[in-house]
Amino acid sequence: MRAMTPATDPPQRRLNPLGTLVLHFRPRRVAEKTLRFTLTWGLGGMAAVLVTFQLFTGILLKFAYGPVPTQAYDSLVRLQEGFLFGQLVRNIHFWSANLLVVVVCLHGLRVFFSGGFHPPRRLNWVVGLSLFILVLASNLTGYLLPWDQLAYWATTICVGMLEYIPLIGSRLQRIVLGGPQIGPATLRNFFAMHTAVFPALIVMLMAFHFWRVRKAGGLVIPRSPAEEPDDKPPALVPTHPDLLLREAAVALATIAGVLLLSLLYDAPMGQPANPGLSPNPTKAPWYFAGIQELLMHFHPSFAWLIAAALTFGTFYLPYLDYREAPAGVWFASTTGRRTALVAALAAAAVTPLAVVLDEYAVDFSAMMPGWPQAFSLGVVPMALFIAVVVGLYILMARKFRASRLESVQATFVFLAAGWVILTITCVLFRGQDMKLRWPF
Amino acid sequence: MEPSKTMKPKGKEPHQTPAQVSRRCFLNILWTALGLGALAEFLWLAFSFLRPAEPGGESQANAIVPVGPLASFEPGTVTAFQKGEFYLVRLDDGGLIALSCRCTHLGCTVPWVEKEKKFLCPCHASAFDITGNVINSPAARALDTFPLSIENNIVKVDTGRRIKRSGFNPEQLVYPPKI
Repeated sequence: MRAMTPATDPPQRRLNPLGTLVLHFRPRRVAEKTLRFTLTWGLGGMAAVLVTFQLFTGILLKFAYGPVPTQAYDSLVRLQEGFLFGQLVRNIHFWSANLLVVVVCLHGLRVFFSGGFHPPRRLNWVVGLSLFILVLASNLTGYLLPWDQLAYWATTICVGMLEYIPLIGSRLQRIVLGGPQIGPATLRNFFAMHTAVFPALIVMLMAFHFWRVRKAGGLVIPRSPAEEPDDKPPALVPTHPDLLLREAAVALATIAGVLLLSLLYDAPMGQPANPGLSPNPTKAPWYFAGIQELLMHFHPSFAWLIAAALTFGTFYLPYLDYREAPAGVWFASTTGRRTALVAALAAAAVTPLAVVLDEYAVDFSAMMPGWPQAFSLGVVPMALFIAVVVGLYILMARKFRASRLESVQATFVFLAAGWVILTITCVLFRGQDMKLRWPF
Repeated sequence: MEPSKTMKPKGKEPHQTPAQVSRRCFLNILWTALGLGALAEFLWLAFSFLRPAEPGGESQANAIVPVGPLASFEPGTVTAFQKGEFYLVRLDDGGLIALSCRCTHLGCTVPWVEKEKKFLCPCHASAFDITGNVINSPAARALDTFPLSIENNIVKVDTGRRIKRSGFNPEQLVYPPKI
């Protein structure tokens, strides 16, 4: 009884101000069904824990790091060898950063596939996606800081990609680099963004993100496709202890997982950066490997067009005019489940096929001599790509009688699965000279 | 709706409301405009603060590097200058050209592979011939060049001025003066 009504117990409140602060962010009661682990998989909570980890370890690292090319590498070597737990702190920062990308990505997929982007949660989808982009930006800017070969060259090609953004590319690249090439000014820029601008934005947006969850009346209430949505108010349970205990369990499991990873595997540290020697192959960090793989098949400006269109499309997803809004139903409906599976299988078949064909069999620029590369490697493959996506959409609508929501979902699954396959291709299946190889 | 309308004293409304609204409107617009002006100033301040400094005159002057006597570059050779990040290429016919060693695709450093007589990019397998022309995509244009001059049999390269080009043409070559 006491545990269920902590707010009426003044002595306890005075003893534990932090506990009451946590409770203050929360409604006193939450819908019982939203506590189901298979609704959220604890992903949002994990992301919040990882961000907290990043802030704490980041502050510690800041005391050890010298953000100048001549000091950066040595300062990390000193951190790892001379500081008590220095290596561990860096490992935690490294693993949390990488896990954060994965977890935030999965969290976004969970929200999308459980219909968590329908009104009134549309704006929060946009906020969440912005947070994802900020997490990617933090990861990328952090990648350069060790100033080893891996960092230097991965950043070189990432920044090199910027040059191909239509219209603003070269200017943007110059601003990011702070000069004609990677140097002290670049490191200064990246350090400032990584340690001040991005964390501040992330923390502010997170607060907004959480507030919007509460404003929407909590999470979507899960139900099966056959069930009609409940009009009655859902059964409620007290936040403390029912929700908080579950959250604590997820948080502790996350912390334990990160610590375990950090104890077992050290963050990579290569040779000091050498601007005169590019390693072979040079790859972007894994979360940008999809873009790098895309750049191998498309004229660079068109690869950017595709990436920009996909990003914009993902932001815009909640604002398409759907007739139904099945919040809480996994994959929207029974048809939705079938079409999503078909789309995923299609992507798993088409993407590797396209990569292999383009690598060994089809050479558009040789097939169209005399045409500029922007046409043979840009317009032509782009048209093929659009044809496949539109074809899939029409197939869904005609063959499976999918509604707009289900067709859009299938298209999203197709593109997302394709993206994952491109990423895996670049990370695992590209070897010496970026040629395809068998990794195992 | 109805009661509130009837509650208000008639006759007062048409006289007072337009004047009040327009004064309030005016002040609101004024404050908004001032606010936007202040915001624009701060943004301008931030942007001019963050804009990378343009290379000044002194770096231009220092960028002209004497790389060595003409005789030390045999026809048909490629000599790397790590510091200036360029290759001095002397073609078989004696023509000279200074090629940037950065791949035009994504900026990796391209090594000269003597065996294959090619510049091979380790990052994405772009290949360039001895004049810097693309043999193998994904690179879309030839290696950049730097202006080159020969004074008193000393070859000089201006590493401060990178010249972008789509492909090689013989006019880009510099020949030693005939004696």
